Amino acid sequence: MAANSTLRDHLERGLRAPICLTWELTYACNLACTHCLSSSGRRDPKELTTQEAKKLIDEIAAMQIFYINVGGGEPMIRRDFFELVEYAVNQGVGVKFSTNGTRINQSAAQRLSGIDYLDIQISIDGADAITSDRLRGTGSYAAARRAMDHLQAASFGPFKISVVMTRESIEQLDEFEALATQYGAQLRLTRLRPSGRAVEQWASLHPTLEQNRRLYHWLLKRPHVLTGDSFFHLSALGPSLEGLNLCGAGRVVCLIDPVGDVYACPFVIHEEFKAGNVRSGGFKSVWTNSELLRSLREPGSPGACGSCGSYDACRGGCMAAKFFTGLERNDPDPECVFGYGEAALAAKRVLLRPRSSPDHSRRVPVSISPL
Amino acid sequence: MAFDPSAPWCVSAQVSLRDETFGAMAYHHGNRRLVFLKSPQLVELVRRLEQFDSADLAIDAVVPPDQHGRYVKALTALATSEIVCGR
Repeated sequence: MAANSTLRDHLERGLRAPICLTWELTYACNLACTHCLSSSGRRDPKELTTQEAKKLIDEIAAMQIFYINVGGGEPMIRRDFFELVEYAVNQGVGVKFSTNGTRINQSAAQRLSGIDYLDIQISIDGADAITSDRLRGTGSYAAARRAMDHLQAASFGPFKISVVMTRESIEQLDEFEALATQYGAQLRLTRLRPSGRAVEQWASLHPTLEQNRRLYHWLLKRPHVLTGDSFFHLSALGPSLEGLNLCGAGRVVCLIDPVGDVYACPFVIHEEFKAGNVRSGGFKSVWTNSELLRSLREPGSPGACGSCGSYDACRGGCMAAKFFTGLERNDPDPECVFGYGEAALAAKRVLLRPRSSPDHSRRVPVSISPL
Repeated sequence: MAFDPSAPWCVSAQVSLRDETFGAMAYHHGNRRLVFLKSPQLVELVRRLEQFDSADLAIDAVVPPDQHGRYVKALTALATSEIVCGR
């Protein structure tokens, strides 16, 4: 649903609690995807304990946050994964979790099928092993497909297949749709942000203007394809895509990382966008009082975009995409559909591209063995 | 479910309501739909449905008569997304 302008004003001024709260449970991951937005790999010794995690879930339930998006790292690596998921669901907090699927064997699939209010997103980055494994590592596509097979055999119901749109994967839209249909799954396509390890990869991986245009028209015809509102910058091309069509960072969106640090959105794990930590005073106080989050709820200046007739449609695009490509907050989105972002990037004499600050990348290559 | 304003209605047991400055958000845990109730009057109406023998009577109690039709329409949409259900 597209938000009308009055509602959008309310949403831009921030809500009492996030709509979309992402909680990365661990930085540990058994894959090492080249475009990992959280630079995951190794567990952080300061990650929240089971008791601290449960206390946070209590607070999330009290704030009436209807569901949480659980990710990582690979969340299923945490030994208390099922304990925490079941604890959340029992309190009426739905769980949507993202996984690479490597830990979903037959018994895990059966256990997951028994939990209400649980959504699963399995990530692939290509419709075939060669394309997907190029980013996610050898064997990762086969592992994801095994997970899908197990979920189907366990009658889990419609899980989600989640794909980041890269210059390669965007050429396989119809294949992804066919794969989703084959499993009775929902397809979810999201935008590649230059965050985490993708800071280095973005320039060569992000879709071209022409590809983005094709994606927009493809999505327009398929409102059932989920996007997590991530392509609102493309709404400048015509009618709005499904979703709220605004940058939700700090307003309706928030991220809690494995050590309890709170960031404005999942794509800005960087010191500059750190709002606080849940260990001191809880999440609600960070959400309500953080100066950073409050500043994101102030009306921003449209900058150069103010003179473009499409600002009302795209709102200047994604804050994270601008920040990690070295653009200012009121510059155009680097993937502005009219090419203003590319021009802005080209005009910067010295491009200071920030790196993701916490980096938990592994120092040795990983290999995936079948379960 | 088709919306009949002369029948008794209530908020679905699977729905959570969260007050916000514009009204409230309603989330249906079963069908995962998130719906914005865009006025405090609509929120009050939805919350008070269960006190009345019909949706019409609830509307009469909460909103001015000239807005009756608008609220029947709003409740029809909420019935379609299963936020409210017959009782």
